[in-house]
Amino acid sequence: MEMRKVLAAELEKIMEENEKVVIINADLAKAAALSNLYQKFPKRCFNVGVAEQNMASIAAGLSSYGFIPFIFTFTPFATRRICDQIAVSICYSKQNVKIFGLDPGITATNNGGTHMSFEDVGIIRSMPQTTVFEPCDEIQLKKSLKQILNYKSMIYVRIFRKGNIKIFDENNCEFDLMKASIIKNGSDISIFCTGIMVEEALKAYEVLKNKNISAEIIDIHTIKPLDSKTILSSIKKTKKAVVAENHNKFGGLFSAICELAAENFPVPIKYVAVEDEFGQVGNLEFLKKYYKLTCESIVEKALSLVE
Amino acid sequence: MNLKEFCLQIRKDIIQEIGTFGVGHIGGSLSIVEILAVLYNNYMNFDPNDPKKEGRDRLIVSKGHAGPAVYAVLANLGFFDKSWLLTLNKPGTNLPSHCDMNKTPGIDMTTGSLGQGFSCAVGIALGSKLKHDNAKIYTIIGDGESQEGQIWEASMFASHNRLDNLIAFLDYNGAQIDGEIIDVCSILPASDKWRTFGWHVIEVRNGNSCEEIDDALRLAQILENKPCMIVANTTKGFGIPFVEKAGVNNHSMNISKEQLEMALDELNKQER
Repeated sequence: MEMRKVLAAELEKIMEENEKVVIINADLAKAAALSNLYQKFPKRCFNVGVAEQNMASIAAGLSSYGFIPFIFTFTPFATRRICDQIAVSICYSKQNVKIFGLDPGITATNNGGTHMSFEDVGIIRSMPQTTVFEPCDEIQLKKSLKQILNYKSMIYVRIFRKGNIKIFDENNCEFDLMKASIIKNGSDISIFCTGIMVEEALKAYEVLKNKNISAEIIDIHTIKPLDSKTILSSIKKTKKAVVAENHNKFGGLFSAICELAAENFPVPIKYVAVEDEFGQVGNLEFLKKYYKLTCESIVEKALSLVE
Repeated sequence: MNLKEFCLQIRKDIIQEIGTFGVGHIGGSLSIVEILAVLYNNYMNFDPNDPKKEGRDRLIVSKGHAGPAVYAVLANLGFFDKSWLLTLNKPGTNLPSHCDMNKTPGIDMTTGSLGQGFSCAVGIALGSKLKHDNAKIYTIIGDGESQEGQIWEASMFASHNRLDNLIAFLDYNGAQIDGEIIDVCSILPASDKWRTFGWHVIEVRNGNSCEEIDDALRLAQILENKPCMIVANTTKGFGIPFVEKAGVNNHSMNISKEQLEMALDELNKQER
């Protein structure tokens, strides 16, 4: 099922259970598949129109009044457009606002460069008291919602709205917001991945396996705070790593892991990420190839470290 | 203490706070003294012993640089010890330059990045409506602050959602950091703008008159269906002659010990 539909279904459940939950969006209720919620809970769903700054600060006001606002817009407008509102109204004021950024990085596809955020994780990660989460599939998203609700702080969630990806088995997936998910155990190289790059990393795992290289695939769904224990334990074993993310190479997961490793256990680390470029229109397959966010790039970087 | 005496005391405390530290946002603190005095003494429901009491009325001072005025009022009402006032902006203080809800008892929202507090106030007014707790939500914005686009985003949302529990003040003192508002980037005609954005508007000719502020607030209590903007024509630096005389240069001023003593002498004379 599309991620946005999973999200709407889970939100419906938590809104039924918890009257403090309110939803605010900036003229994207239809795009986010939230229209049913607006009909079912008209008193707790608000549309500010095309006014994201106002949305962020209104959410902070509602949070200060005891509500738990979930706010929605596209990733660039959920982050770079409203940096200061997130910093001051939400984080500095210690307000519990859940920010959902739709269509991170190349998943903005035909909306193109203006809507394609390659810097959003860097922006949010550099502010104190923030949490950054990106589910890689619908199961993770489904399992995360209650934890996001109960998490007593601001959290930024990147959602590939129309993504229809299944990585995990619902009956066999233990999800903890604060713990990275080890998908494949390995001993030769660590591959840290997040969001849409998890699928690519798993393809790379098979290619590397055929070359007798044992890769450890770890999904870093929560980019801040990092599960440093799991990451360090993996690189202490493999002594090298590739980081794959749908984001600029500056400021995102690659940066975060390099920071952690540099201070605690320096090893060679390579990236599969956007080469400090802006976005453009195109379908997902074209954009993956153009920005080299592919299985092949992961394999190439892994081989360069292993050999 | 009557309102006039209360305002004099607040002015003495403001100059003491800023004069002790040596520099601070004096002009825009002095311009809102009467607004604060009338709000807290005649209208707002609050409990200094329980600053976060549910259902209380709230005040969001969106022009957060007027912190020294708000702190003086809160201290005089017993939210915290008056000795705190002399710690303004000193390392480790609970009274920072701009209002901080996590540091100062009685501050209802962290403000200072202009425009944001007003949106927060709108969110709070919405929250109060959702809870049906009949609280009144008050907010004060600056005239320079009204140049922020976010003010107008919030004003549309407030009127669209008929937040008639929201009563705002525009502290129209006519000056901003770089000069007169009408020279930098005029917000005139201010009242017409608010009317056009769907608000009740009450104009106060002299926003440094407690009687006129009280009349406006009395009327604002009974207006329905729309949020209310009280456009208060104030004087930046009002009540302390040398500050008032500094005009557009009084947004943030150095205050010497001599000036502090001189100001206190003058205010004491006014008291007599």
